[in-house]
Amino acid sequence: MGGLQIPLEHVQVLAALLFSCGFLGLMLRRNIIFMLMSLEVMLNAAALAFVAAGARWGQADGQIIFLLILAVAAAEISVGLGLVLQIQRRFKTLDMDTANRLRG
Amino acid sequence: MMETLFYLAAVIALSATILALTRANAAHALIYLILSLLAVAVLFFLMGAPFAAALEILIYAGAIMVLFVFVIMMLNLGKSGEELERSGLHARNWIIPGIMATLLFVELMYAVEQTSSLTSGTAVSPKEVGLELFGPYVLAVELASMLLLAGLVGAYHLGRRFIVRSGSDD
Repeated sequence: MGGLQIPLEHVQVLAALLFSCGFLGLMLRRNIIFMLMSLEVMLNAAALAFVAAGARWGQADGQIIFLLILAVAAAEISVGLGLVLQIQRRFKTLDMDTANRLRG
Repeated sequence: MMETLFYLAAVIALSATILALTRANAAHALIYLILSLLAVAVLFFLMGAPFAAALEILIYAGAIMVLFVFVIMMLNLGKSGEELERSGLHARNWIIPGIMATLLFVELMYAVEQTSSLTSGTAVSPKEVGLELFGPYVLAVELASMLLLAGLVGAYHLGRRFIVRSGSDD
């Protein structure tokens, strides 16, 4: 099956909206699990913009950058969730307003 | 027909993301986030990137979200955390983040070119992606593997201390 002919701006507007939603969530939430989820949304929006740009010129480069973003997201989330476990053990909470010092 | 499918998936992705980031319960938010990632995978497939769509489902909606599920189940957040989150979602807390996110969106809209160009309509097969990946981009693949190794070592270090200490001390 071939691709679909879509105005590139529409995909870019969607990526910008998703990125803004992730940014809003990152500032709004205080639970670190939700902050990590917002980071995932922002990375995914950036990946969407790259894949759309790759589809615009019919080249594979967009999908390759998507792969690299995927590797960054996986590494970031594994270390981030390890930190979540440490924070829960030390502070007995996931609220970042009470746990804003790493040397509790 | 296919265009309608595309815009439908776009609306689903956006609304599921908004729902995910406004839930108080972490498990519910996670389910909405998985829905949003699956909708983005449909977008990738329709734009002619089947390899990226498969990876989005396998790695994002599969592996990374399962990591989140494991951590949420291990922490056993309970009702108190949910109440705290609900109190943090008051309307007055939305004002400044809302203004800043809107400003960011307006700025991004200025960056988008108004050239009304269409996407090419040709699908890029996994074979082409693989040839590019291990041709000109082979250094980036090596760097990504080093990054994943660093993430593995870091996660093992942090998680091992968690398991040992909680077994002996607490």
